Amino acid sequence: MKELSLNILDISKNSVKAGATLTEILLLETENVLTLKIIDNGCGMKKEMVASVTDPFTTTRTTRSVGMGIPLLKLAAEMTDGSFNIESRHESEYPENHGTEVTAIFNKNHIDFTPLGDIPASITTLIQGSPHTDFLFRHTLVNGEVSVDTRELRETLGDVPLDTFEVILWIEGYLKEQYEALN
Amino acid sequence: MKSLAELQAIKEKMQNKVALRDGSGEMRVVVGMATCGIAAGARPVLSTFVEEVANEGLAGKVTVSQTGCIGICQYEPVVEIMEAGKDKVTYVQMTPEKAKRVVEEHLKGGKVVTEFTLANKA
Repeated sequence: MKELSLNILDISKNSVKAGATLTEILLLETENVLTLKIIDNGCGMKKEMVASVTDPFTTTRTTRSVGMGIPLLKLAAEMTDGSFNIESRHESEYPENHGTEVTAIFNKNHIDFTPLGDIPASITTLIQGSPHTDFLFRHTLVNGEVSVDTRELRETLGDVPLDTFEVILWIEGYLKEQYEALN
Repeated sequence: MKSLAELQAIKEKMQNKVALRDGSGEMRVVVGMATCGIAAGARPVLSTFVEEVANEGLAGKVTVSQTGCIGICQYEPVVEIMEAGKDKVTYVQMTPEKAKRVVEEHLKGGKVVTEFTLANKA
């Protein structure tokens, strides 16, 4: 992937597929380190699945027996001498608080650090593709914060769907302006 | 700065158009957005369709949505266009520039851009 935000878009789709009603995408940046957390309340995975999920030959896709989403994100983190971790609580064992939490830590100054790229476009694309579930995106930078919460947008929008063209373009502009205000 | 008040205005505008929206879905644009598609550049292709369809005033008759892996990863980004009563058209190795032409010639003009189709590659 050319941009880290594309890995985020790709991985977050797993949360939607797992039936999450809320997926939180949290980026925390310091001078040297970027921490990415994707936390969902989807069905979760059993221990065997968690153990094998970083193996490219484990996948939920049906068109091909290879799944590169998680392995690519893990690689992107480890290339920077960072780390990758995934924890999950399957609904069979945790009927009340099931879900999955992915954590990837990057050393921003490492030569192999993949830039975040166009975050507004990636987050907007994620929302456009799954307008019936909720996303909380929050990017905490050294000099401020950028965020969007689809639950808040829905309160304003009422029954107008999130994937209405005007709404999607508004969300992208909303995120872009927040980043511009920090520059 | 964009505000929620602006979103409120969009809501009010859209509610007036509900009747129009009911007639939507005449043409469906579906972009493959699995790992393979994303890695090959599907995100800017999808964004171009969303922007151009809105800008060209086609929102009433065209829907743009995403799907998983279509199974021809080597041809990603893949875009399928479905229209009632017509054969499905599969565009392959798409770019934002090609997407603009598909909006102009196919979605607006009703003419398939044959040079971008899978049939033309196979």
